[in-house]
Amino acid sequence: MATKKSEAVLDPLFNNNPIALQVLGICSALAVTTKLETALVMCIAVIAVITVSNVTISLLRNQIPGSIRIIVQLVVIASLVIITDQILKAFVFEISKQMSVFVGLIITNCIIMGRAEAFAMQNGPLLSALDGLGNGIGYSAVLMVVAFLRELFGSGKLFGVSVMPLVSEGGWYQPNGMMLLSPAAFFIIGAIIWAIRTWKPEQIEVDG
Amino acid sequence: MLETYLNLALKAIFVENMALTFFLGMCSFLAVSKKVETAVGLGIAVIFVLTITVPANQLIQDKLLSEGALAWISPSLASYDLSFLNLLVFIGTIAAMVQLVEMATDRFFPALYSTLGIFLPLIAVNCAILGGSLFMVERDYTLAESTVFGFASGVGWFLAIVALAAVRERMRYSNVPMGLRGLGMTFVVTGLIGIGFLAFGGIQL
Repeated sequence: MATKKSEAVLDPLFNNNPIALQVLGICSALAVTTKLETALVMCIAVIAVITVSNVTISLLRNQIPGSIRIIVQLVVIASLVIITDQILKAFVFEISKQMSVFVGLIITNCIIMGRAEAFAMQNGPLLSALDGLGNGIGYSAVLMVVAFLRELFGSGKLFGVSVMPLVSEGGWYQPNGMMLLSPAAFFIIGAIIWAIRTWKPEQIEVDG
Repeated sequence: MLETYLNLALKAIFVENMALTFFLGMCSFLAVSKKVETAVGLGIAVIFVLTITVPANQLIQDKLLSEGALAWISPSLASYDLSFLNLLVFIGTIAAMVQLVEMATDRFFPALYSTLGIFLPLIAVNCAILGGSLFMVERDYTLAESTVFGFASGVGWFLAIVALAAVRERMRYSNVPMGLRGLGMTFVVTGLIGIGFLAFGGIQL
């Protein structure tokens, strides 16, 4: 049992990463990775929503009729996202303004639906909570790496604090503007996937 | 007047492409882009649903949810602001619309239904659809503007997925490094297409 629990948390980190292997939840999140700050808030929001939604759906799993389960899951997730959105607006208004529509788009983040459907419908609340936590962290790990690289090389800063002083401010670093544009995020994720699959060759797709 | 709409359409198709600039609808974008044929099917379904749901949600937002919107029912309701409910209502509208569209095409255009059939339910949870409605709220579009916006962003998404599918079909003949095969390479190609689309930046009529 203990191993199953640790598996539920650790597996999604490298062996079955939601972004790198399951191709889930890329939609709403990449646009917020130009800065570490917004990416961090996004990660916390997603971890909170996925954990709570997994627990809720796992508790309800015996009551939900199979034919309308999708709509029930959507309502649970949408309600949680509304709460998250209101909390963000109340406490970190500036950041929530920058994230604009992407907080709302957590609803259609496929990881959350995916885990609810694939895991929480079959397992107990505790295990589902751990699974949600693990997938949330696995997703956040990729997001944070992308945001770290994009903010560091795109504007020479980390969390808004200047690390590499820019040429325009009398420093030495000439920022790479492409890092702040969307294609850079695709390249970085491509590279991360390449790195993970070189390390764990069993994840390679044969029929590319 | 016409110029504003053309401009809006141009911007939504090329400059602010849903898939390539905002990363919306990525899940199905990556999963359903192995063949041009299926990509075209999904793309048309997305255009279809976006053109219907964005104006529908605009009406709901305008007449029911935004601050003071209920005043047309009775003046005593004018002080209500239900806009925090919009996420839940939009997703409901989208799911209902998708269901309606599915039933309508099944009844009246069986040929179209057999091509789109499997994609329609998938679309209900496609972020591009919900994203379209949320952008509409954020940018305060009117009913006409949101119809144009919905249609044009659908077309932009269609273009992007068909382009990616075409590249991926050709990719089968090339020697991609082992670890990069499949998903990794798809990301890189998407990035390259994205750079191509950057060339449209700043275009205005």
